[in-house]
Amino acid sequence: MLNGKTALVTGASRGIGRAIAMELGKQGANVVVNYSGSKDKADAVVEEIKAMGNGDNAISIQANVADSTEVKDLIKTTVDTFGSVDILVNNAGITRDNLLMRMKEEEFDEVIDTNLKGVFNCIKGVTRQMMKQRSGKIINLASVVGVTGNPGQVNYVAAKAGVIGMTKSVAKELAARNINVNAVAPGFISTDMTEGLSEEAKDQMYDMIPLNRLGEPEDVAKVVRFLATDDANYVTGQTIHVDGGMVM
Amino acid sequence: MADVFDRVKEIIVERLDVDESKVTEGASFKDDLEADSLDVVELVMELEDEFDMEISDEEAEKINTVGDAVSYINSTQ
Repeated sequence: MLNGKTALVTGASRGIGRAIAMELGKQGANVVVNYSGSKDKADAVVEEIKAMGNGDNAISIQANVADSTEVKDLIKTTVDTFGSVDILVNNAGITRDNLLMRMKEEEFDEVIDTNLKGVFNCIKGVTRQMMKQRSGKIINLASVVGVTGNPGQVNYVAAKAGVIGMTKSVAKELAARNINVNAVAPGFISTDMTEGLSEEAKDQMYDMIPLNRLGEPEDVAKVVRFLATDDANYVTGQTIHVDGGMVM
Repeated sequence: MADVFDRVKEIIVERLDVDESKVTEGASFKDDLEADSLDVVELVMELEDEFDMEISDEEAEKINTVGDAVSYINSTQ
Protein backbone atom coordinates (compact mmCIF):
# COMPACT_ATOMS: atom_id res chain seq x y z
CA MET A 1 0.00 0.00 0.00
CA LEU A 2 2.95 2.31 0.55
CA ASN A 3 5.40 0.77 -1.88
CA GLY A 4 7.90 3.30 -3.15
CA LYS A 5 6.97 5.88 -0.51
CA THR A 6 9.48 7.09 2.04
CA ALA A 7 8.45 7.69 5.64
CA LEU A 8 10.43 9.53 8.28
CA VAL A 9 9.34 8.67 11.82
CA THR A 10 10.88 10.68 14.65
CA GLY A 11 11.47 9.04 18.01
CA ALA A 12 10.96 5.62 16.49
CA SER A 13 13.23 3.48 18.65
CA ARG A 14 10.45 2.48 21.05
CA GLY A 15 6.82 2.81 22.09
CA ILE A 16 4.32 4.32 19.69
CA GLY A 17 7.01 5.54 17.26
CA ARG A 18 8.40 2.04 16.96
CA ALA A 19 4.94 0.61 16.24
CA ILE A 20 4.37 3.27 13.57
CA ALA A 21 7.72 2.60 11.90
CA MET A 22 6.95 -1.14 11.84
CA GLU A 23 3.44 -0.62 10.46
CA LEU A 24 4.61 1.67 7.65
CA GLY A 25 7.47 -0.72 6.88
CA LYS A 26 4.99 -3.60 6.72
CA GLN A 27 3.05 -1.66 4.08
CA GLY A 28 6.17 -1.48 1.94
CA ALA A 29 7.36 2.05 2.70
CA ASN A 30 11.03 2.93 3.04
CA VAL A 31 11.38 3.88 6.68
CA VAL A 32 13.80 6.20 8.41
CA VAL A 33 13.91 5.28 12.09
CA ASN A 34 15.00 8.47 13.82
CA TYR A 35 16.25 8.28 17.38
CA SER A 36 17.86 10.60 19.86
CA GLY A 37 19.79 8.33 22.23
CA SER A 38 18.81 4.67 21.83
CA LYS A 39 20.92 3.55 18.86
CA ASP A 40 20.71 -0.15 19.71
CA LYS A 41 16.93 -0.07 19.94
CA ALA A 42 16.62 1.93 16.73
CA ASP A 43 18.88 -0.53 14.88
CA ALA A 44 16.74 -3.39 16.21
CA VAL A 45 13.63 -1.72 14.72
CA VAL A 46 15.47 -1.37 11.40
CA GLU A 47 16.32 -5.09 11.42
CA GLU A 48 12.73 -6.03 12.24
CA ILE A 49 11.42 -3.92 9.36
CA LYS A 50 13.90 -5.44 6.93
CA ALA A 51 12.94 -8.92 8.14
CA MET A 52 9.38 -8.32 6.88
CA GLY A 53 10.72 -8.98 3.42
CA ASN A 54 10.17 -5.68 1.63
CA GLY A 55 13.86 -5.39 0.91
CA ASP A 56 16.55 -3.11 2.23
CA ASN A 57 13.94 -0.52 3.16
CA ALA A 58 14.95 0.88 6.54
CA ILE A 59 17.75 2.89 8.10
CA SER A 60 18.29 4.52 11.47
CA ILE A 61 19.47 8.13 11.81
CA GLN A 62 20.40 9.90 15.03
CA ALA A 63 19.09 13.45 15.45
CA ASN A 64 17.68 15.61 18.20
CA VAL A 65 14.53 17.18 16.72
CA ALA A 66 14.89 20.22 18.99
CA ASP A 67 18.04 21.14 17.03
CA SER A 68 17.20 22.60 13.61
CA THR A 69 20.68 21.90 12.21
CA GLU A 70 20.45 18.23 13.14
CA VAL A 71 16.97 18.11 11.59
CA LYS A 72 18.29 19.53 8.31
CA ASP A 73 20.92 16.79 8.19
CA LEU A 74 18.31 14.17 9.07
CA ILE A 75 16.11 15.19 6.16
CA LYS A 76 19.00 15.53 3.76
CA THR A 77 20.20 12.04 4.58
CA THR A 78 16.65 10.73 4.16
CA VAL A 79 16.28 12.25 0.68
CA ASP A 80 19.83 11.28 -0.34
CA THR A 81 19.18 7.68 0.70
CA PHE A 82 15.67 7.07 -0.60
CA GLY A 83 15.16 9.89 -3.13
CA SER A 84 12.12 11.49 -1.52
CA VAL A 85 10.24 12.04 1.70
CA ASP A 86 6.54 11.38 1.31
CA ILE A 87 5.43 10.82 4.88
CA LEU A 88 6.59 12.63 8.01
CA VAL A 89 5.46 11.31 11.38
CA ASN A 90 6.31 13.69 14.21
CA ASN A 91 6.33 11.34 17.14
CA ALA A 92 9.41 12.26 19.18
CA GLY A 93 8.41 13.49 22.61
CA ILE A 94 9.50 13.66 26.21
CA THR A 95 7.85 14.29 29.56
CA ARG A 96 9.11 16.27 32.54
CA ASP A 97 6.04 16.05 34.77
CA ASN A 98 5.72 18.28 37.78
CA LEU A 99 3.12 20.37 39.51
CA LEU A 100 3.03 23.91 38.22
CA MET A 101 4.26 25.24 41.55
CA ARG A 102 7.23 22.88 41.46
CA MET A 103 8.01 23.01 37.75
CA LYS A 104 11.38 24.46 36.86
CA GLU A 105 11.78 26.72 33.88
CA GLU A 106 14.16 24.16 32.34
CA GLU A 107 11.51 21.46 32.61
CA PHE A 108 9.08 23.66 30.77
CA ASP A 109 11.58 24.64 28.07
CA GLU A 110 12.88 21.12 27.45
CA VAL A 111 9.40 19.77 26.77
CA ILE A 112 8.43 22.72 24.54
CA ASP A 113 11.71 22.48 22.62
CA THR A 114 11.32 18.80 21.80
CA ASN A 115 7.55 18.34 21.64
CA LEU A 116 6.55 21.60 19.96
CA LYS A 117 9.55 23.26 18.34
CA GLY A 118 10.78 19.83 17.25
CA VAL A 119 7.57 19.39 15.25
CA PHE A 120 8.04 22.84 13.70
CA ASN A 121 11.66 22.03 12.77
CA CYS A 122 10.73 18.77 11.07
CA ILE A 123 7.72 20.19 9.22
CA LYS A 124 9.74 23.14 7.98
CA GLY A 125 12.51 20.80 6.95
CA VAL A 126 10.36 18.52 4.78
CA THR A 127 8.13 21.20 3.30
CA ARG A 128 10.51 22.19 0.52
CA GLN A 129 10.78 18.60 -0.67
CA MET A 130 7.04 17.93 -0.37
CA MET A 131 6.14 21.17 -2.19
CA LYS A 132 8.39 20.12 -5.05
CA GLN A 133 6.83 16.68 -5.08
CA ARG A 134 3.37 18.26 -5.02
CA SER A 135 2.37 15.66 -2.46
CA GLY A 136 3.01 14.68 1.11
CA LYS A 137 1.48 13.46 4.31
CA ILE A 138 2.41 14.97 7.65
CA ILE A 139 1.11 13.27 10.79
CA ASN A 140 1.72 14.80 14.19
CA LEU A 141 1.37 12.86 17.42
CA ALA A 142 -0.60 15.01 19.83
CA SER A 143 -2.39 13.69 22.93
CA VAL A 144 -5.91 13.84 24.31
CA VAL A 145 -4.49 15.77 27.28
CA GLY A 146 -3.78 18.55 24.79
CA VAL A 147 -7.56 18.82 24.51
CA THR A 148 -8.61 18.13 28.11
CA GLY A 149 -5.69 19.41 30.16
CA ASN A 150 -3.96 17.32 32.83
CA PRO A 151 -2.64 18.27 36.25
CA GLY A 152 1.12 17.88 36.62
CA GLN A 153 1.73 18.28 32.89
CA VAL A 154 1.36 21.97 32.06
CA ASN A 155 4.46 21.81 29.86
CA TYR A 156 3.44 18.63 28.00
CA VAL A 157 -0.17 19.74 27.62
CA ALA A 158 0.84 23.19 26.34
CA ALA A 159 3.10 21.53 23.76
CA LYS A 160 0.44 19.03 22.64
CA ALA A 161 -2.26 21.71 22.39
CA GLY A 162 0.27 23.71 20.39
CA VAL A 163 0.78 20.77 18.05
CA ILE A 164 -2.96 20.60 17.39
CA GLY A 165 -3.03 24.30 16.50
CA MET A 166 0.09 23.98 14.37
CA THR A 167 -1.50 21.06 12.53
CA LYS A 168 -4.46 23.21 11.52
CA SER A 169 -2.33 26.19 10.42
CA VAL A 170 0.06 24.12 8.36
CA ALA A 171 -2.84 22.17 6.87
CA LYS A 172 -4.27 25.46 5.59
CA GLU A 173 -0.92 26.74 4.31
CA LEU A 174 0.02 23.62 2.42
CA ALA A 175 -3.35 22.37 1.20
CA ALA A 176 -2.84 24.09 -2.16
CA ARG A 177 0.27 21.96 -2.64
CA ASN A 178 -1.52 18.70 -2.02
CA ILE A 179 0.07 18.15 1.37
CA ASN A 180 -2.20 16.72 4.06
CA VAL A 181 -1.47 17.54 7.68
CA ASN A 182 -3.27 15.76 10.50
CA ALA A 183 -2.79 14.96 14.14
CA VAL A 184 -3.41 11.76 16.06
CA ALA A 185 -4.20 12.16 19.74
CA PRO A 186 -3.65 8.97 21.73
CA GLY A 187 -5.24 8.43 25.11
CA PHE A 188 -3.73 5.95 27.57
CA ILE A 189 -1.48 3.65 25.58
CA SER A 190 0.58 0.94 27.22
CA THR A 191 4.18 2.11 26.74
CA ASP A 192 7.15 2.87 28.96
CA MET A 193 5.46 6.20 29.67
CA THR A 194 2.39 4.57 31.28
CA GLU A 195 4.04 1.39 32.58
CA GLY A 196 5.25 3.12 35.73
CA LEU A 197 1.73 3.84 36.94
CA SER A 198 0.32 2.03 39.98
CA GLU A 199 -2.49 -0.54 39.69
CA GLU A 200 -4.74 1.88 41.52
CA ALA A 201 -4.02 4.64 39.03
CA LYS A 202 -4.68 2.21 36.18
CA ASP A 203 -8.02 1.17 37.69
CA GLN A 204 -9.01 4.81 37.85
CA MET A 205 -8.07 5.16 34.20
CA TYR A 206 -10.23 2.22 33.13
CA ASP A 207 -13.24 3.94 34.66
CA MET A 208 -12.65 6.87 32.32
CA ILE A 209 -12.28 4.74 29.18
CA PRO A 210 -15.55 3.48 27.65
CA LEU A 211 -13.70 0.65 25.88
CA ASN A 212 -12.33 -0.29 29.32
CA ARG A 213 -8.73 -1.06 28.41
CA LEU A 214 -5.46 0.64 27.68
CA GLY A 215 -4.64 1.13 24.03
CA GLU A 216 -1.74 -0.66 22.37
CA PRO A 217 0.87 1.19 20.31
CA GLU A 218 -0.46 -0.73 17.30
CA ASP A 219 -3.90 0.86 17.79
CA VAL A 220 -2.26 4.23 17.17
CA ALA A 221 -0.01 2.97 14.39
CA LYS A 222 -2.94 1.72 12.32
CA VAL A 223 -4.63 5.14 12.36
CA VAL A 224 -1.34 6.76 11.38
CA ARG A 225 -1.04 4.24 8.55
CA PHE A 226 -4.50 5.25 7.28
CA LEU A 227 -3.56 8.94 7.34
CA ALA A 228 -0.33 8.14 5.49
CA THR A 229 -2.07 6.44 2.56
CA ASP A 230 -4.00 7.82 -0.41
CA ASP A 231 -7.17 6.64 1.35
CA ALA A 232 -6.89 9.80 3.47
CA ASN A 233 -6.41 12.23 0.58
CA TYR A 234 -9.53 14.22 1.53
CA VAL A 235 -8.67 14.45 5.22
CA THR A 236 -6.60 17.40 6.45
CA GLY A 237 -6.30 19.59 9.54
CA GLN A 238 -7.95 16.99 11.74
CA THR A 239 -7.08 15.60 15.14
CA ILE A 240 -8.15 11.99 15.44
CA HIS A 241 -8.50 10.64 18.96
CA VAL A 242 -7.32 7.08 19.54
CA ASP A 243 -8.35 6.76 23.15
CA GLY A 244 -11.04 4.12 23.59
CA GLY A 245 -13.66 6.85 23.70
CA MET A 246 -12.17 8.66 26.68
CA VAL A 247 -12.56 12.14 25.20
CA MET A 248 -15.57 12.85 23.02
CA MET B 1 23.31 29.35 -22.52
CA ALA B 2 20.33 31.71 -22.35
CA ASP B 3 20.82 34.80 -20.25
CA VAL B 4 19.53 35.07 -16.71
CA PHE B 5 16.35 36.94 -17.62
CA ASP B 6 15.30 34.30 -20.16
CA ARG B 7 15.95 31.45 -17.75
CA VAL B 8 13.99 33.21 -15.00
CA LYS B 9 11.17 33.97 -17.42
CA GLU B 10 10.91 30.37 -18.50
CA ILE B 11 10.53 29.23 -14.88
CA ILE B 12 7.91 31.89 -14.16
CA VAL B 13 5.86 31.07 -17.25
CA GLU B 14 5.84 27.41 -16.37
CA ARG B 15 5.27 27.76 -12.63
CA LEU B 16 2.67 30.54 -12.64
CA ASP B 17 1.08 29.54 -15.91
CA VAL B 18 1.11 33.10 -17.26
CA ASP B 19 1.55 34.48 -20.75
CA GLU B 20 5.18 35.10 -21.71
CA SER B 21 4.41 38.70 -22.72
CA LYS B 22 3.38 39.54 -19.16
CA VAL B 23 6.77 38.59 -17.75
CA THR B 24 8.68 41.88 -17.96
CA GLU B 25 11.45 43.20 -15.73
CA GLY B 26 9.00 45.49 -13.95
CA ALA B 27 6.26 42.89 -13.42
CA SER B 28 5.34 42.33 -9.78
CA PHE B 29 4.80 38.68 -8.88
CA LYS B 30 1.82 39.40 -6.69
CA ASP B 31 0.20 42.33 -8.52
CA ASP B 32 0.87 41.54 -12.16
CA LEU B 33 1.45 37.80 -12.28
CA GLU B 34 -1.23 36.77 -9.78
CA ALA B 35 1.13 34.82 -7.55
CA ASP B 36 0.23 34.30 -3.91
CA SER B 37 2.89 34.36 -1.21
CA LEU B 38 3.34 30.59 -1.33
CA ASP B 39 3.87 30.78 -5.12
CA VAL B 40 6.66 33.29 -4.56
CA VAL B 41 8.33 31.07 -1.95
CA GLU B 42 8.17 28.24 -4.43
CA LEU B 43 9.55 30.33 -7.28
CA VAL B 44 12.50 31.30 -5.11
CA MET B 45 13.08 27.59 -4.40
CA GLU B 46 13.12 26.84 -8.12
CA LEU B 47 15.47 29.70 -8.85
CA GLU B 48 17.80 28.34 -6.16
CA ASP B 49 17.83 25.00 -7.94
CA GLU B 50 18.15 26.45 -11.44
CA PHE B 51 21.05 28.71 -10.51
CA ASP B 52 22.55 26.38 -7.90
CA MET B 53 22.55 28.95 -5.12
CA GLU B 54 20.94 29.66 -1.79
CA ILE B 55 18.79 32.74 -1.32
CA SER B 56 18.46 33.69 2.35
CA ASP B 57 15.02 34.43 3.77
CA GLU B 58 16.01 38.07 4.20
CA GLU B 59 17.01 38.40 0.54
CA ALA B 60 13.99 36.42 -0.64
CA GLU B 61 11.65 38.85 1.09
CA LYS B 62 13.06 41.69 -1.01
CA ILE B 63 12.24 39.94 -4.28
CA ASN B 64 8.96 41.43 -5.43
CA THR B 65 9.39 41.83 -9.17
CA VAL B 66 10.92 39.82 -11.99
CA GLY B 67 13.68 42.44 -12.18
CA ASP B 68 14.45 42.00 -8.45
CA ALA B 69 15.01 38.30 -9.00
CA VAL B 70 17.18 38.82 -12.09
CA SER B 71 19.38 41.47 -10.52
CA TYR B 72 19.82 39.44 -7.35
CA ILE B 73 20.92 36.43 -9.36
CA ASN B 74 23.25 38.57 -11.51
CA SER B 75 24.83 40.00 -8.36
CA THR B 76 25.81 36.54 -7.20
CA GLN B 77 27.00 34.97 -10.44
